Amino acid sequence: MSTKTSIIVSCGLFTTLFLFMAGFLVRFVSENQQDMVNNSYNSRQEILLSQNYRGTIYSRDGEILAETVMDSAQNETRVYPFENLFSHVVGYSTNGRMGVEAQANYYLINTNTSISNKVANDMAGVKNPGDNVFTTLDVQIQQVADEQLSIYKGAVVVTEVSTGKILAMVSHPDFDPNEISEIWSSLISDSESSVLVNRATQGLYPPGSTFKIITALEYIRENPDSFQKYNFKCPGYYKYDGNRINCYHGISHGNVDFERSFAKSCNSSFANIGMTLDRASFSNTLQELLFGGELPLTLSYSQSSTVVSTEMSDNDMMQTSIGQGQTQITPIHLNMITSAIANDGILMKPYVVEHVENAEGNVIKNFKSQEYRRIMTDEEAAILRELMTAVVEEGTAKKLSGLSYTAAGKTGSAEYGSVKGESHAWFTGFAPAENPEVCVTIIVEGAGSGGDYAVPIARRIFDAYFRETKK
Amino acid sequence: MKEYITELSKYGITACMLIYTISSYVCFIPVKEKRKENIGLYIFQCVFLFMTQLLCFANLTVASGNYEYIFLYVFVQIFLLAIIAMVPLIYETVNRFLLNNMCMLLGTGLCIISRLSFKKSVKQYIIALASLTISLMIPYFLSRVHFLKKLTWVYGLVGFGVLSTVLLLGEITHGSKITFTMFENITFQPSEFVKIIFVFFLAGALWEKRTFDRVALTAVFAGAHVIVLVLSKDLGSALIFFVGYVFVVFTATGNILYLLLGAAGGSGAAYAAYKIFSHVQTRVLAWRDPWSHLTDESWSITQSLFAMGSGSWFGMGLLKGNPKSIPYVDQDFIFSSICEELGVIFGVCLILITLSCFINICKIAVEVKDRFYQLIVYGIGIMYIFQIFLTVGGGMNLIPLTGVTLPFISYGGSSCMTTMMMFFIVQGIYIRMQQEGGKA
Repeated sequence: MSTKTSIIVSCGLFTTLFLFMAGFLVRFVSENQQDMVNNSYNSRQEILLSQNYRGTIYSRDGEILAETVMDSAQNETRVYPFENLFSHVVGYSTNGRMGVEAQANYYLINTNTSISNKVANDMAGVKNPGDNVFTTLDVQIQQVADEQLSIYKGAVVVTEVSTGKILAMVSHPDFDPNEISEIWSSLISDSESSVLVNRATQGLYPPGSTFKIITALEYIRENPDSFQKYNFKCPGYYKYDGNRINCYHGISHGNVDFERSFAKSCNSSFANIGMTLDRASFSNTLQELLFGGELPLTLSYSQSSTVVSTEMSDNDMMQTSIGQGQTQITPIHLNMITSAIANDGILMKPYVVEHVENAEGNVIKNFKSQEYRRIMTDEEAAILRELMTAVVEEGTAKKLSGLSYTAAGKTGSAEYGSVKGESHAWFTGFAPAENPEVCVTIIVEGAGSGGDYAVPIARRIFDAYFRETKK
Repeated sequence: MKEYITELSKYGITACMLIYTISSYVCFIPVKEKRKENIGLYIFQCVFLFMTQLLCFANLTVASGNYEYIFLYVFVQIFLLAIIAMVPLIYETVNRFLLNNMCMLLGTGLCIISRLSFKKSVKQYIIALASLTISLMIPYFLSRVHFLKKLTWVYGLVGFGVLSTVLLLGEITHGSKITFTMFENITFQPSEFVKIIFVFFLAGALWEKRTFDRVALTAVFAGAHVIVLVLSKDLGSALIFFVGYVFVVFTATGNILYLLLGAAGGSGAAYAAYKIFSHVQTRVLAWRDPWSHLTDESWSITQSLFAMGSGSWFGMGLLKGNPKSIPYVDQDFIFSSICEELGVIFGVCLILITLSCFINICKIAVEVKDRFYQLIVYGIGIMYIFQIFLTVGGGMNLIPLTGVTLPFISYGGSSCMTTMMMFFIVQGIYIRMQQEGGKA
């Protein structure tokens, strides 16, 4: 190689390296800008907050969920007009941050107000208004969900099927974010009721019979032509190799086909189905449904977990098939799976921040509804919708039948702890059954059966939703 | 009024910088009637260079309300004008694009240092002035002196001797034993100046003979330099010397195997250093997982990342950010503070201008006929660009931090003076080549 060539080669090498470095910088900033500003070790937040006051958070119909009010001496107070109602999902912004206050912090503390406003504020010696955040939350539905959950611990998630918009998200027990500073020490010292945990996204529960949706999906996948010929005679229990599974309250369901097993939530039949499944393939399906993985969610959440492997014991497999055993799921995750079934198999990213406006009402940023990916085929989703419709028409969610709208879903009574008979009540479902608009997931801790305790709540929420949309 | 100026100048600065950067590449497009057309581009560059300066200092003055900035502005402009107008008067054939780029970097540096500490910027200004005075003599010196090629081993021994003396007698700065204090308050870092001697050594050793024996003998000297620097805990300089050696050997021999050998040897040595020295382990740990060691090992790097991320594309505006939260910001992390307040677009432009300097130096190196001078120009280019890679790449956590300065921009006399001398050596060789009709 001649000297000239060597020089040109070195020049090319460093040019490539520097272009890569410039690209790295641009990528870093475009991807991490918000995280960088939001990090509590970044002192620039205080600089922004010394120049701007926090923007307002609105519900989808323009009601104020959080705003900063100033007294005559320019002292700022963050006010939450609905008090406890949105405690987890809107969150708080002192003593750390949570919910929308955390997720949209970047927008709330930055300002895009017009330069003439900035000049006027500068002259007057007042701060600039931070940008305002408009959420997808619906005050009426949130109120109904909150009232219905009543004094129980638990969570409710309501989403719009076609977009992934989160319409309501309730977690009990709740707190009043207006008083966060005063109650902070008692909240963090109380580890038992874990008030600060947003149970809707962070609470991990055994899925109970709601998991039969997934077991059913796997069975359909493995037996696409013959699942309708399935038959099982249920004596109220199922025995295999010395292990025994009982039906709820030991009820024997008699002769059941696939649809009836699902509608009646027959544990024995589903343990039987579970034993026929290919464990490697089941494990794949669970991965596709985001078990043990990251959810496309910007609110902080816990990862659902489950263990299905070729090495697992038969007893564990039977337990897992009916949603007991080691499986744990968050309500939002179950809502996402249900929503995807309602949406022909396509999972939409759930989101709560709809758009951001500056103080003058000009839109700064729009968050469009986004498809995450297809998690099951169109046909599989259609079959599951039929099964879930049967649950309402002739199964455990009959309390949702005969209304002005049709509904579909699955109940669950998830046993927990060592005491027999204590269970969390689950319901996850959507309405209308034939053309789903809204998806609801409910868990009521320690209440009893899903059919008795969760389904009536779902009914009130569906009522509220259709009352509002028909208006 | 204040808000209007600070808000609008933010975009103005970015726009001027962008145009300047583009023009610093346009100059590589060959033109037929060389002289005439290039002068147009040259003046065009100057306009945007001074526009950027005007907007930056106007912004500083308005945002701070401190009129001292106006004085500094005037002095800096006189200085830059002096370089741009005077140097071509003394040396008619100077490479004006390289000169312009140097002025852009110097001006930006003085501006950002004055934002961090006004006192330091005055000090830096005086050093820059002194550097210029010394550097201006270099081209003249180069055209008169003819014994430079004969001093090869002297360079090697002097360089090694100086570094060893610092290791034994020097003072500790930021945990590295690398500085000397002269008189009362002038500390200087000899390893910076040894860079120049080292390039002369490499060129002297390899311009004529390029046998394996000669390469090996050179390696002994170069290795001695690097080892002393490693022992002084000055890892950044050690790397720059090492890379300088490897690339000069590669170009002198034209054998790409040396480049691969150097990469393999370098990786081996780096791994050994990682195993032996705890401060290397700390740096690597901080680099690999900055967010889990945020409060201790990774404090500086995460603060640097915060600065870059908070600045976004157009920056928070001069004096509107908080760059002082980054440790050693005026030296090792000056680039992060530029991204924070002047914006990432400005930062990318700055990276591209330094690259334009390097390409310019390579272009000169290709044209120089005398192999001794050719290797000097090339060696200077490599050490310059690699140092920028270390400090800029370190600041954005692309590579572990090594703690070297950003030439012409960081606060620090030794760095500024050395780099200016290096640039004027390149200029001197360029001028010589022009005078001798490309036969230098």
